[in-house]
Amino acid sequence: MSLSSNGAAGSSSGAGLQRVSLKGKSRPGETVIKAVLFVAAMISVVTTIAIIITLIRPTIDFLGEASLVTFLTGTEWAPRSGEFGAIPLVKATFLITLISLLVAVPVGLGAAMYLSEYASPRVRKIFKPVLELLAGVPSVVYGFFAITLVTPFLLQDLLNIDVNFTNALAAGLVLGVMIVPTVASLSEDAMSAVPLALRQGSQAMGANKMQTTLRVVFPAALSGIAAAIVLGLSRAVGETMIVTLASGSLPNMSADPRDGMQAMTGYMATTAGGENPVGSLEYNTLFAIGLLLFVITLVINMISISLVRRFRQEY
Amino acid sequence: MASTAVATARETTTVIATGRGRDRSPGSLAFLIALWASLFFAVVVLLAIIISTAIDGAARFDGALFGNYLSGLFPETSGFRAGILGSMWLMLGTALLAVPLGIASALYLEEFANRNRWYNRLIELNLQNLAAVPAIVYGLLAVAAMSVLGFQSSGIVLGGSIALALLILPVVIITTREAVRAVPREIRDGSLALGATVWQTTWKQTLPSAIPGIATGTILGLSRAIGEAAPLLLVGVAVGIRFDPNGFLSAFTALPMQIYNQTSRPQEELQTAAAAAIIVLLVMILGMNALAIFIRNKFQRTW
Repeated sequence: MSLSSNGAAGSSSGAGLQRVSLKGKSRPGETVIKAVLFVAAMISVVTTIAIIITLIRPTIDFLGEASLVTFLTGTEWAPRSGEFGAIPLVKATFLITLISLLVAVPVGLGAAMYLSEYASPRVRKIFKPVLELLAGVPSVVYGFFAITLVTPFLLQDLLNIDVNFTNALAAGLVLGVMIVPTVASLSEDAMSAVPLALRQGSQAMGANKMQTTLRVVFPAALSGIAAAIVLGLSRAVGETMIVTLASGSLPNMSADPRDGMQAMTGYMATTAGGENPVGSLEYNTLFAIGLLLFVITLVINMISISLVRRFRQEY
Repeated sequence: MASTAVATARETTTVIATGRGRDRSPGSLAFLIALWASLFFAVVVLLAIIISTAIDGAARFDGALFGNYLSGLFPETSGFRAGILGSMWLMLGTALLAVPLGIASALYLEEFANRNRWYNRLIELNLQNLAAVPAIVYGLLAVAAMSVLGFQSSGIVLGGSIALALLILPVVIITTREAVRAVPREIRDGSLALGATVWQTTWKQTLPSAIPGIATGTILGLSRAIGEAAPLLLVGVAVGIRFDPNGFLSAFTALPMQIYNQTSRPQEELQTAAAAAIIVLLVMILGMNALAIFIRNKFQRTW
């Protein structure tokens, strides 16, 4: 914020420019503008702090009535009758997320390998926008798709699986489709960044295209691919509308994906619709679950950032 | 020997240049087919969504869909007028909040910030984390923000706009930074050498050159915001509004909220109407994406 740094055109200018900086002249106008821009940039930090404060205050009220240990380890979630164990909601979230990763990881990586290693520039030019469009479809539309087509037609009629009208399987499958573009486009970036020389070296040693892709390009891009999958995972955990529409609103401890089960975001969406007065216990549970969700995605995201930092290979 | 080596080298060159090998062993073929199938799967799902929704909703694609309000009593003439208008107001509010803030933050981070200072590194790390916060959490935040600002109810256009603006702010900042970074240093150096200050250079040279990139990123961010229902649910946006919103402080409803609500109703006609509304929403999003691609191709300069 000091005046002396005004002469440097951003941090990218070299030391040469710094030396001839316009130190002599004070420019109050510039300082004011820089201060205004700084305040705008700080809004993102304020947002994070505000999120934490917003979530923590009602959670403390909530923990006054239910113990933290029960909240984190209890296996029954029924706020109206005083049962506050969040495990059923967390279990449903992770079961649905697991199913979604079983879809998104193979499909996303396959698409990424094809686009990065096999596709001609023309094919790539057609399919990359298709993936972007798939990423742009709103989640409420995926939810509609899950309950009007996937559950009744694909699962019940075509595959003859005995599923409930709301079930974790349909939610997980559709959620998987939703995060395919995330996994595919970030993995494709990582694989495209692997230098051509590695591929040429591999082929010069007699490896064919498949061996080169699987044993040279894939390991070389692994940190980026891992980060892509982790980011997809965090999207899946926080996704709301598909889970609410397709997986139902019944918290339980069932591990059977054919059953309906309420996930964390599903609980928040259904409860928020129910007009709970501010400060009531139900209102506070919303924030307690929200805080849990925030912490889980934060941890997942930190893992992703450190994966990229630790294993990044500079070519 | 020499000729084999030359032939192999030539083949490797073609393989690398065209991406096509002459290798047709069963394993390689199966692998290629598996890769093809994954990509094809993505396309098939996109088509399945569009086609099945279009078939479901075709019967209800009429004037009533755009002209009427939601109605459970007369499901066959129920319409999404309030939601469509509400979503437009919401986009306007979101853009007015997110675009100036996003551009200002990006300009600070790219042109003014000294990256060695701890607080600037904090902003960078924080942005990465904010981009991964679940959308539904922003709804809780907007509720709190509205009560701090002193509003009785957060289910008004301003409340929804705050939630969505904070949601897309990281996207707007990140894409604006990329656009600003792509402007070559020579342009800045030239301007500085002629005696312009850093801000004059930023305002009159760097920013105008980066506008196509900024516009593309902003429109893509807004197209993500228009389909979001989860934060609006938390903000307490009503569904059955039977009037047109008339300002930023007006109660309103949004198209994705109405789609969510109608989808979970048992009546067949309401589901059909929801399918038709989905087509309207998808057309809006496709339109915004097309506009972004058009701007990118038409105005983006390569330096």
